[in-house]
Amino acid sequence: MGYPHKPHPKETVVLSKHFGEADARSYKGWVKRGGYEMLKQALTMEPAKVIDVVKESGLRGRGGAGFPTGLKWSFMPKEKKKPHYLCVNADESEPGTFKDREIMRWTPHALLEGAAIAAHAIQAEVTYIYIRGEFTEPWTIMERALGEASAAGVFGGMKVHLHRGAGAYICGEETALMNSIEGKRGNPRIKPPFPAAAGVFGMPTTINNVETLAAVPHILKHGAAWYKGLSLASPKSTGTKLFSICGHVAKPGNYEVTMGFPLKDLLYDLAGGMRPGRTLKACIPGGSSVPILNREETESCLLDYEGVVEKGSMLGSGGVIVLDDTTDMVYQIMRLARFYAHESCAQCTQCREGTAWTTKILERILSGQGKTADLDLLLDLADNMTGKTICVLSDSCAAPVVSGIKKFRNEFEDYIAGRRKPVMVA
Amino acid sequence: MSVGTHETPPAGTEEYQPVFTGEMLERLQDVFSRYPTKQAALLPALWMVQQARGWISDRSMAEVAEVLGITPAYVKGVVTFYTMYHQHPVGRYFVQVCTTSPCNVCGAEAVARALLEATGAKELGATSPDGKWTVIEVECLGACGFATPLLVNDDFIESVTPDKVPELVRKYT
Amino acid sequence: MADDIVNLTIDGVAVSVPKGTLVIEAAKQAGVLVPHYCYHPGLPVAGVCRMCLVDIEKAPKLQIACATQVAEGMVVHTQSPQAKKGRMGVLELLLINHPLDCPICDQAGECELQDFTFQEGRPATRYSPDYPKRFNPVEDFGPDVLYVPNRCILCTRCVRFMEDVAKEPVLNVSERGDRAYIGIHPEARLDHPWAGNVVDLCPVGSLLSKDFLHKARAWELDKTASVCTGCSQGCNVTLDTRDDVVTRVRPRPNRDVNRYFICDHGRMNYRWLNRGDRIEAPLVRRGGELHATDWDEACERVATVLRGAGGTAVSLVSPRASTEALFLARELFAGLDWTGAFQVVMGEEAPLAGVPNLALRAERAPNGRGAELLGYSRDYAAALAAAERAAVVLVLDEPDVALKTAGVVIYAGTVLPERARDAVVVLPIANVAEEDGTFVNRDGRVQRYFQAKPAPGMARPAWWVLSELIAALGRADRLASAAQAFDRMAAAVEPFRGLAYAELGFGGKPTAAGALVPA
Repeated sequence: MGYPHKPHPKETVVLSKHFGEADARSYKGWVKRGGYEMLKQALTMEPAKVIDVVKESGLRGRGGAGFPTGLKWSFMPKEKKKPHYLCVNADESEPGTFKDREIMRWTPHALLEGAAIAAHAIQAEVTYIYIRGEFTEPWTIMERALGEASAAGVFGGMKVHLHRGAGAYICGEETALMNSIEGKRGNPRIKPPFPAAAGVFGMPTTINNVETLAAVPHILKHGAAWYKGLSLASPKSTGTKLFSICGHVAKPGNYEVTMGFPLKDLLYDLAGGMRPGRTLKACIPGGSSVPILNREETESCLLDYEGVVEKGSMLGSGGVIVLDDTTDMVYQIMRLARFYAHESCAQCTQCREGTAWTTKILERILSGQGKTADLDLLLDLADNMTGKTICVLSDSCAAPVVSGIKKFRNEFEDYIAGRRKPVMVA
Repeated sequence: MSVGTHETPPAGTEEYQPVFTGEMLERLQDVFSRYPTKQAALLPALWMVQQARGWISDRSMAEVAEVLGITPAYVKGVVTFYTMYHQHPVGRYFVQVCTTSPCNVCGAEAVARALLEATGAKELGATSPDGKWTVIEVECLGACGFATPLLVNDDFIESVTPDKVPELVRKYT
Repeated sequence: MADDIVNLTIDGVAVSVPKGTLVIEAAKQAGVLVPHYCYHPGLPVAGVCRMCLVDIEKAPKLQIACATQVAEGMVVHTQSPQAKKGRMGVLELLLINHPLDCPICDQAGECELQDFTFQEGRPATRYSPDYPKRFNPVEDFGPDVLYVPNRCILCTRCVRFMEDVAKEPVLNVSERGDRAYIGIHPEARLDHPWAGNVVDLCPVGSLLSKDFLHKARAWELDKTASVCTGCSQGCNVTLDTRDDVVTRVRPRPNRDVNRYFICDHGRMNYRWLNRGDRIEAPLVRRGGELHATDWDEACERVATVLRGAGGTAVSLVSPRASTEALFLARELFAGLDWTGAFQVVMGEEAPLAGVPNLALRAERAPNGRGAELLGYSRDYAAALAAAERAAVVLVLDEPDVALKTAGVVIYAGTVLPERARDAVVVLPIANVAEEDGTFVNRDGRVQRYFQAKPAPGMARPAWWVLSELIAALGRADRLASAAQAFDRMAAAVEPFRGLAYAELGFGGKPTAAGALVPA
């Protein structure tokens, strides 16, 4: 179960530097690599100073929304009147994304150190690391690392606990995650109140993604200016980012590049390009929730928050799903819709009913029974499912449907017109 | 709490034996100490029940409710939200195969079919006649770059292809 | 204070509301009902049905009116094309799995799914008949509640009521996505003393009362404001009658008394209002037997008795009698040495945990406080002892009267218990559903109830009967209404002074007496 590839020369290896080194998982091994030095330093700093450095670095949330991390931290009450909490989002459940898993598998202490620095910055005495239930191996590794670090006393008076999810995509949404920690159904909450005002257990809370926190020690070590300098295109996107690339590529895996890196290079150089004899058809660049890019858009896309938006999609979590010319787009979009229908928490009407209905329409089209009007219906349904619910799960279901029909309409029409052999849908 | 293996329970014992006694209760007390409310221990407590019993019966939900000072109905609402909690007994080896798009395009459905064939389970979700295997399709396991990943109980196995399935099944039986 | 008032515009209507008000509530003040399902003013906001989508200027997308607080200068459009499309989309989605079985649904006619679909839904569905609809069997949730999951729109009002108001979370949302339904643990029952409220809260025909099941169509029911007679809390209720039969009791909102709720004891306590064994004509004793007669003779007979009476008089009254009747039952004996008393059936107290000062009270009578304010004693035994030597005893609708007296018994009641057959005169009176009147609840709040159906035969409201008797004695003018009776009392009895019947409205007013101080 080794790390599948050696760093490519075009990679900027920061977070993934020690991926594949079994020894780095131990506390000793981590300290040998300079680990926990930055935590020690941070603990001597005023919390506000730590926040300033992170603000200055331009670090943005790596979970999907890309919200500036330092700014998020600064929303926490300065004057402490109630307990503060830090929740680490290790629920990584966005299809196409598997970077946090690697961070936890190989560098558990990097996460613990980053989390402890964040906890200090927001004055949180308790940190919960919420790990999705399916991540059995990362759990075991994190549990061991946490035990060692606690025994070594690196957290001072701060408490860090692991909390295991139990199979719910939506728990990656920060308010759902907090409900799940509280022992509730993982239902997203309406905002306001925002977590910094009333989060987990009703107390001021910050939720950060694993990769975001893992970057923090590096920012402290090399300085905000260094991190800010890691930017190939938009100055609003800084640092390095782990991109998970999967699907129809020769070398799927995680690759760490500087923000603004060309998607084309990630795809053809780092990930080894398409499988032999195949060509690129489409790409979902930011996890399954974002609009699909066609070949041309993919090959001209720069990988940062602004660059992907420019192409009509989103950077999201950095999960790049590559689809070659063998892909049945209708079938895969149906699979995505089915995923969201399965994962809908059932709160909002548009999501609960809309995701399931969308799936049924797509299944019927695949079975050769579709009607021409189905496409307009899907688009109108997608409109009703976009921007009208508590969280963005229903928007996420709509995104691939809308972009799929827009960019691959002929494939839908082929099924409807009977030009394509119907697919038996289980 | 640690990730353990699921033990299949002995068939239909009439009298309910509580899970949270002795060492298990001590472990739960330790879990309580991590949260400001007892209710927050619900997910960990349910994991403990599932590890001990292989699944979570209505009676177990009532026990958890009692220990945590919440209602059985509340517990049931939570159990049914999270797909990894079994509300029915499952085979000794519970296999979760990811068939979401990224794995799907890499042949995950063929892996699922191969698993059914190799285990003798008639269909997805049904336990094999020997009671050993239950195979289900699940949504994304978070290892899309290692298609097709699957979980056998708590063993996470990557890059499974249909041709590797018979050997994999043999290893467990 | 101006700082606490926010000015905004809703559909072109300017409104000023307190800071913190939700847009959906502010809209009511502008005369706009924003369609909604999950929102209920008596429950915590859930924001899940997404039905109340409105367009707010400068907001990037549609907002839900139930979870958005007003802001100074806010401009809200509930009828913009986007808002209407958003809501139409929700309605369409709520109906795709709905069985559309309105003809056999108890809720039909008072169903918010029907109403809002009628108001702004799509003329036809786009959900293909090829697609199966979700199906789950009907479940028996508790003593009076059935759950019809196929009609459920998952608004979670019932779940939130049990969790946040009753504080006994026996209902849950089970499963996820379109497989979700309202669940209950197999070992649990929806048998909380206030559980019946989930039926009222359910905006569709998903939670049904077994008691009311298939009893009436909503449009056949006449609704009358009343006050529950189940205990001394004085919950405001609506009596639903069909063809002059009370078929259902439902809570009527009153922020100061019962919010939006009533307990199951009160809800089920209506069958006596429909009793068939009523006294339908005045009876007078002639030759050792009671004979039916007219009101003139009956009144004259009582007047004759009273004109000749000296010494002591005793009134044994029901704490279910109207304040007006209780007042007049005292006035009737002005000039005599009078004792009045009542007895109260006691039961178990059952509070609604999430609402302060709301409970099914141990004292199972609506007007004990009123009786007290009018000088009636709780020392029933002493009154019975006094009655033994009394010249006249008036029994006012007290069926459980263990009376021994050497004097004359006048019985005014709805039914004729065996022990009252010794009376010289029996006067048929209306029950609470058949008259107007007031009760004073335990907190000293006087509240009106209204006539919901006619009294049987010649039965008349007790205030009328007593007023006739007083007039026959030539002591005061006849009263024409409960209002007049009340106003006469307000002029005469201190705690009621300053109150006017017409000003009590539907919500009642506090008397000067304040809350009951337990002895």
